[in-house]
Amino acid sequence: MSKFDEVKEQIVESQIWRSMFRHGYEDTPRNRVMMVSGNIWLHLHPSKVRKHGMRLKFTWCMGGITFLMYLITIVTGVYLMFYYRPVAEYAYADMKYLEFDMPFGMLMRNMHRWAAHAMVIAVWLHMFRVFMTGSYKPPREFNWVVGVLLLVLTLLLSFTGYLLPWDQLSIWAVTVGSNMGRAAPVVGHEGPFAEFLGVNAVYDARALLFGGGEIGPHTLLRFYILHCIFIPLVTTILLAVHFWRIRRDGLSGPPL
Amino acid sequence: MAQAQAPVPARGPGDDKIHTWPHLVRSEFLCLLLVMVGMLLWSLLVDAPLEEPAAPTRTPNPSKAPWYFLGLQEILVFFDPWHAGVVLPSLIIVGLMALPYIDTNPKGNGYYTFAERKYEILTFFLGFHVLWIVLIVVGTFLRGPGWNWFWPWEVWDSHKVVAMSNVDLPYMFGFRAYWPSAFFGLAVSVGYFAVGTALMYWWIVRKKGRAFMDEWGAARFGVTSFLFLNMVAVAIKLLLRHGLNVKYIMVTPWINI
Repeated sequence: MSKFDEVKEQIVESQIWRSMFRHGYEDTPRNRVMMVSGNIWLHLHPSKVRKHGMRLKFTWCMGGITFLMYLITIVTGVYLMFYYRPVAEYAYADMKYLEFDMPFGMLMRNMHRWAAHAMVIAVWLHMFRVFMTGSYKPPREFNWVVGVLLLVLTLLLSFTGYLLPWDQLSIWAVTVGSNMGRAAPVVGHEGPFAEFLGVNAVYDARALLFGGGEIGPHTLLRFYILHCIFIPLVTTILLAVHFWRIRRDGLSGPPL
Repeated sequence: MAQAQAPVPARGPGDDKIHTWPHLVRSEFLCLLLVMVGMLLWSLLVDAPLEEPAAPTRTPNPSKAPWYFLGLQEILVFFDPWHAGVVLPSLIIVGLMALPYIDTNPKGNGYYTFAERKYEILTFFLGFHVLWIVLIVVGTFLRGPGWNWFWPWEVWDSHKVVAMSNVDLPYMFGFRAYWPSAFFGLAVSVGYFAVGTALMYWWIVRKKGRAFMDEWGAARFGVTSFLFLNMVAVAIKLLLRHGLNVKYIMVTPWINI
C-alpha cells in the first residue's frame, strides 16, 4: 500500500468523514440506491424510475425545467434585492443603477425576467404533456390539483414582479391586469351587485390588493412583499408536496 | 458506470425500472447544462425592457396586461369584466382541478394515445390551444390602439375609425321594449344550458351506454357539462361577435351577458 492510499484510508475511515458520507462510491446496486436515498436533494427522486417515463419524447423535461427556472429566479432575484428598494421615489432609479452600474446587474436582471417568462411557458407545456400522457389519472389526481395551484402561483409571482421596475410598462400592465379586482361581483366596486356590500373605489377587492384606490407607493411595497416573501414561501411548500407525491407515486405510468 | 444488472423478465410497460442514480440524474444534469447555456445566451443577447418612469396620469394606448393574461383581456371583447376577468378565470382554475375526478377513463394512463381518449383530447385542444393560446396571440400581436384589430402589416393608427355596428341579440330578433328584451335574453341563456345539458346527456348515453352514465354519476356529469358548456359559450360568443356583431345575449339592469 502506497503512502497515498494509507493517507486516503485514514481520511475515509475517520469519524469526521464517515459522519458526512455514509457509503462509498463503488458502483453497486446498493450504492446506487444510497446515492439517492441518502442525499437530501437527490432523495426528492424515487430511487428507481421507469425507463419509458425518462425518455425525452415522453417527458419533454418540462417539469424539471420549470423548477430550474424557479431556482434561477431565486438566485438572480436575491442578487437584485441587494440593489433594489421598493419605494416609489427610488425604485426606478435603482433599476437604472442596477442596469448601468452594478457588476453583472443587467445580466442578472435579464436572466430574472427571461427565466420568469420561460417558467410560465414551461409550466404550460408541462401541464400539456401531463394531460397528453394521462398522468393526472389515479393515483396522481391530487398531485394535478397541487400542480394547478402551482400554475396559479407561477402566474402570480410573475404578475407581482411585473410591477417592481416601476416604469410605464409595469404600472399599466398591472393596472389592466388588476381591473378584474374592481369588476368582481359583490366585492368589486364596478362589479354587479356591488351595492350589497357597499364597496367603493377605495374599499373593495382591488383596493385590498393595491393598498388604496389606485396603484401607488403602497402597492409597490405590497407587491414587493408578495413577490419576494409570501408567494415564494407558499410556492416552495407546495413544490415540496408536489415532488414528494411524485416520489411516492413514481415518475410515470399506472401503479403496478 | 456500465454494470451488468441481473436480467429481470419484462412484465409489461410498467416494469421497466432503472436506477435513478446514475440514469435519471445524468439526464437531468445534461438538461440543466443545456438550458442554462440557452438562458445565458438569451440574457446576454436580449435586454429586459425598461420604459419611462411610471406616470399614473399618462395612460398608454393600448394598455396591455402581461402577455400571459392577454387571452383573458381579449375575452373582454366578448364579455363584461366581471365575467371575462373573474368568473371565467375561476372556472378555468376550478375546471382544471376537477379534471382528474371527472375523467374516469382508465385508458391512456402513462402513454400517448389519441384513439383511446378522443373527446378528452379534443376538449383540451379547444380550451388550451384555441381559446387560450390563439387568443393570447391575437391579444399580443393583432390588437392595437383602442384594442382595435390591426394586421401585422398595418400601421397602429390611434385615430382608426371603427363602425359601432354592434347590436344586442334581443334587438336583432325584434325586441325593442325593455322587459321583453331582458326575458328573451334570459330565456336564450337558460335555454342554452338546458338544451346543452340535455344534448350532452343524450349523446353520452348513446355513445357510452346507460350503464356508463349510472356509474359516472350525476355529480360528474353535472360538473362536466356545466364546464364544457361554459367553455363552448366563449367560442359561440366569439363567433357571434366577429360574425354577426352581436354585443350581448342578455341585457338586464344588473348584469349583461
